[in-house]
This record gives sequence, C-alpha cells and structure tokens, in this order.
Amino acid sequence: MEDCQIMLQQKISDKDYMYPGHVACPGCGAAIAMRFALKALGEKTMMVIPACCWGVIAGPYPQTSLKVPILHTAFATAGATASGLRAALDMKEDTETTVVAWAGDGGTFDIGIQALSGAVERNEDFIYVCYDNEAYMNTGVQRSSATPFGSRTTTTPGKDWKRSRKKNITEILAAHRIPYAATASIAFPEDMIQKFNVAKQLKGGTRFLHVFASCPTGWRIPTEISVKIARLAVQTNVFPLYEIKNGIDYRLNYKGDRPVTDYLKVQGRFKHLTDDDIKQIQDMVDEDWELLRRKMENNLVT
Amino acid sequence: MKKVLEGSHAVSEAVRLARVQVMSAYPITPQTHIVEALSEYCSNGAMNARFLCVESEHSAMAAVIGAASGGVRTFTATSSQGLALMHELLHWASAARLPIVMAEVNRALAPGWNIWMDQTDSLAQRDTGWIQLYCEDGQEVFDTTLQAFRLAEKVSLPVMVVLDAFFLSHTFEPVDVPDQDIVDGFLPPFLPRFELNTDNPFAIGQMAAPTIYMEMRHSIQKAMERVPGELDQVEQEFAATFNRRYGPMEAIHCDDAEVIMVVTGTAASTCRKVISDLRAINEQVGMLKLRMFRPFPTDLIRQVLGSAHKIAVIDRNFSFGVSGIFAQEVRAALCNYKGHPSVFGYIAGLGGRDVTPETLEEIYWKTKSTDKPDAESIWIGLNPYSSFQSRSNS
Repeated sequence: MEDCQIMLQQKISDKDYMYPGHVACPGCGAAIAMRFALKALGEKTMMVIPACCWGVIAGPYPQTSLKVPILHTAFATAGATASGLRAALDMKEDTETTVVAWAGDGGTFDIGIQALSGAVERNEDFIYVCYDNEAYMNTGVQRSSATPFGSRTTTTPGKDWKRSRKKNITEILAAHRIPYAATASIAFPEDMIQKFNVAKQLKGGTRFLHVFASCPTGWRIPTEISVKIARLAVQTNVFPLYEIKNGIDYRLNYKGDRPVTDYLKVQGRFKHLTDDDIKQIQDMVDEDWELLRRKMENNLVT
Repeated sequence: MKKVLEGSHAVSEAVRLARVQVMSAYPITPQTHIVEALSEYCSNGAMNARFLCVESEHSAMAAVIGAASGGVRTFTATSSQGLALMHELLHWASAARLPIVMAEVNRALAPGWNIWMDQTDSLAQRDTGWIQLYCEDGQEVFDTTLQAFRLAEKVSLPVMVVLDAFFLSHTFEPVDVPDQDIVDGFLPPFLPRFELNTDNPFAIGQMAAPTIYMEMRHSIQKAMERVPGELDQVEQEFAATFNRRYGPMEAIHCDDAEVIMVVTGTAASTCRKVISDLRAINEQVGMLKLRMFRPFPTDLIRQVLGSAHKIAVIDRNFSFGVSGIFAQEVRAALCNYKGHPSVFGYIAGLGGRDVTPETLEEIYWKTKSTDKPDAESIWIGLNPYSSFQSRSNS
C-alpha cells in the first residue's frame, strides 16, 4: 500500500474539444468527464455514443457539442459499433485515430454488457469509457445494476430502496484480461487525464475506463457540490481509484480514510438510511477495500 | 467461368468479388456456409477484408453500421431468429442511410424450432427501410448480390438479398463466376456519400426534433422511389457485361392469362414447369415472379395483373390475424385499380414443407373453378388428422 499514489501531471492542455452551450444539466459529472477526456485524447478521436445522457448533451441535429466526430448508435451496441468503426479505419490504414466508445452505466453494466464483453474478448483496439452516474438518469433516474446498495431511484422508491449491491464492472472487464482497466473520477482530473493518456498510448487492445460521474439531478444534491461528492466517494473508498494491467497487475492510486457516512449523509438519494443501514454499507465498503488490497498484495507482477 | 456452387457459396463468391472490406456475422443455420467461406477468404488472403466474429446478430448489424459509417463497403448474413434479433438495427441502418448488403436465408421462426424454408422472417422486416430482393436460383443469387452493392451505394439504402433455406442455400447448381477484373468493371470501389472524418467533425445519427424528423423520414421514401429506376440502370450495365437481367419482376404468359399465379423464390422454378404443362393443355394461365418486394412495384403489378380475371398468390409466410403477406401487398396495390381481378391468397410450404408441382396445380384448378375466394387465406395441404387441427377450435 505504500506505493499508493495519485497520478499527477504538471500540465493539462488548455485546448477544449467541447463547445460551450451543450445541454447538460448544471453540475453534470458526465460533461466534466468528457471535457477532460478529450483534453487527453485530442482531435484524432472518434466518439461512439449509444443512448445515454451524452446522446442528448451532444446536441440535436444539425448541431454538435464536440469538435471530434460522433457516431450515435443504439443502446446495446457501443462495443460492437466501435469494433466495426475500428475495422473500417484499419482497412483505410488509419492507425492514428483513436476510437472511443462513450457510454453510461445502463449502456455498459446492463443492456450493453453483451456487446462490450464480446468486443473485449476479441480485444478490439479501442477505448471504452463508462461514465457512471449510477442510474438511468436520462430517462428520469431509474435503477441500473450500477446503482449502489441503499439508493432510492424512481424504480426503487420509498421503502423499496435498492438492496442489492452495485455490480463491479471494472473487475468484470479485468477478468477478460484486457491490457488496461482503470477507475477514474471527475474530482481527480490530473489522475483521470493521465489514465486517458495511458489508455491512448496502449494501442492494439481494449482499454476500459470506469469514470465516476456525479449527477446532481439524480442524486438529489446541490449542483455546486457535484465535484465534492465525487471526491468524497474516493476519500471514503466507496469508489477507489486504481488501475489493472493485463487483468493481473493491480495498482492503487488513492487510499481513502473517511467514513462512508460523510459521503452518504449529503445526498438526497440516501437520506432515508438508518445508522444500521449506514453501518452495513460501511462493512461492504471495508470488505471491498480489503479484497482490493489483497489483490494488490498478491500481484503476479512486481 | 462456370462453377458448380451451392447457393450459399454463390453469395460468398459474389461478396469476395465485390471487394467487401468489413464483414461481421453470427452463425445461424442455414446461413453458416456463407460466413464460413468468407472467414476462409479473409484468412487465406483471397479477400483483403476484416471479418468480425461478434457475439450476436444484434452486434453483427451494429458492427457493419459502425464500419459503413467509417466509409467502407460492408456485408453481413443471417436468417430467421438472427434477423429478428437484428430488427432494431435494421431500422438504424436504413435511417442512417448506410449501403449495407445482407444475405438473408429465409428460415422459419420458432417455436417449434424449425430450420427450414419460410418467408415470415424477412417479410416481418418489410417496414424497416431495407430494399428486399428475392432470388430464384444460384445464378440469380450471385448476380443479385453483385447488383445489390451497386444499388445500395447509388441510393444510400441497405439491401437484403433473400434466398430460400436449403432449397437454394444448400442446393448445388452451375453458376457463372466471372474474373475479378470483369467484376471490377461493373462494380467500382465504394465512394461513400459521407464518412466519419476527424478533419471534418460532425455527428451522425443524433437527436432529431419533431421539426426535422418527418423530413428525414420523407427523404428515405424519396430514396426508395428512386430504386426502380436505379435498379433498371444497374441491370442495364450488368446486362452489358454479363448478358443477364431479371427486373423487379418477371411476367410469363400474363398478357392473355385468365389466372395469374404470383410466386417468389425457388417456387418460381416449380411454377415455370407447371405453367408450361398447363399451357400445353390450353389453360389460360400466367405467372408473375416477384423479385423486388421493397420498394413494392405497385405500378408494374397493376400493369401486369390488372387485366387478368383472377390472381392466385402463393405465400410461404403468414401474418397472423390477416393473411399471407404477398397477398396483402398485391391486394393493396390493386384496390384502387378499376375493375381489378379477384385475389386468391394461398398459404403453402410453411416451415420447409415442399411446394411441389402438384401443390401449384391444385392451387390453379381451385382458383379456376371458384368464382370468388371464400376466405382471405386458403391453406393448402393441411393434415386433417394432425393433433393441432383438432385442438385449433379450443
């Protein structure tokens, strides 16, 4: 754990590949994620976007909020469509352009996981980004398999708040033994940009980035604490920052030391939780953290 | 050069010669021989192409949508359940105006599991914006596949080349397979109308407000309306090179026919023989083979069928609660035509059951001897002793 370190880089490009005037909600973590991701990826990038909040944020015909090409595609297809686009570029001998699939948690954890797993098993040469706002936000905050234990959504309302755990997508992807899988957070832009740089350089296989992207609308939080909440998720180990190379080489980037209650108490989606519920969540987070720590210690690569 | 090929390989040979650049497919009987051959061509260098072995038909269509958006020539093949699984993306491919070519092997839908010939799979996709061409024999499959690329790329719409399961896909026939340079003369490299390009970034397939969506849909119909003329042009050029053409339909002995039988696919071959035998005994019978189902050749249908007394449509498909689908479309084409003929709808040969010369003769005599159809659909060859017959009333 001693080598646990956040990745820092001295300079973030001042060039933006996103236009102002996009239609994201105020405080949208997904918009922040895209802005920083493109700073690392640059103009030789093609975005494949399935149904998700970004399908709207990118703008209606004939407008676009990005300065890179966008291929909008059906909900379940990001992995497959990106595979086809990559194959076309290969046939045209364009090895410079980076193909990026940019999907929400619904398009990644749920309806898109089959196409994603298929693409990843073939080790397709693209970057897959899941910006995770932990529910179907674009359709009005319905639960997804990325929704955490304890959260209320419009399909897990009232006393029926979600009682199953969040699916661990990063481990699922790592189990495919892809070259690179990492988590990142909009509250740690240097770390996130560095990870996008690493992913961009690692051509030839699938690179997966799981980006924690807070959603004030769905999480029932004030817009001005969107980034703060994302930071608290890391500081409480609810969303650890780490990287996995080739499915076996684990590297932790941040060690949190705050109790989960600091993270939960400030969000409307968790306000119904009792002290016992919070204790249960703390135990789950501790258990997950211990599991991750063991994987770090048992690294096959030293 | 003439080769003895099964229908599946008539497809794969045409795809090889079309210099397709990206293919993707998921195996399903009876489509497998097509994609196995294409995989082999990619592996042994016969084709300079990528073959993406995806995990579902849904992903296969998504992959070729991605590739076509990148500006390369694309192909996929499927059948039955696979086509049904693709449904969402069939709409996507046409509305995105991508000239994807797909071979679709007509096979029955489950349950019960049935891998044999039935047209309901492709006809259920009639509203997806795909051009649909139905083939009668191996040569027509080969020729139609080549023509499909030219046609798709001219109108920026996807084309489905449809062939009967087993009766065509697995039947060996002599097929004239030309040399590459001759095919190149007919089918030049793909010049995309648009393609994703980082030097000129724009978005494809994004949100469309009510203020523009209708115009987008109307433009697809305008493209569909261009298809008959463009197909004619493609076939003229094809005929100049290969000395063969098919047209959107073929009418035989229809000018003086009192009864015209409307057929598709391999049943057309059987019908040719039946018509010839019946003419030999002075029966006033004609045959219309329908090749192009989408766009539906309404004007030609009226011209050819309008003056006959009775039309017998043979449907190897069914739309539950209505009738056979070809019969439905023929009726719709004729309904505003003054003094139009009676349309008899016959259901035959579902789920791989043979449509024999005897089947077609029975249909002819039944049509001739009846003034008006006594039902929307007349089911031919049902076994009265089947347990399903006794249950059907309960």
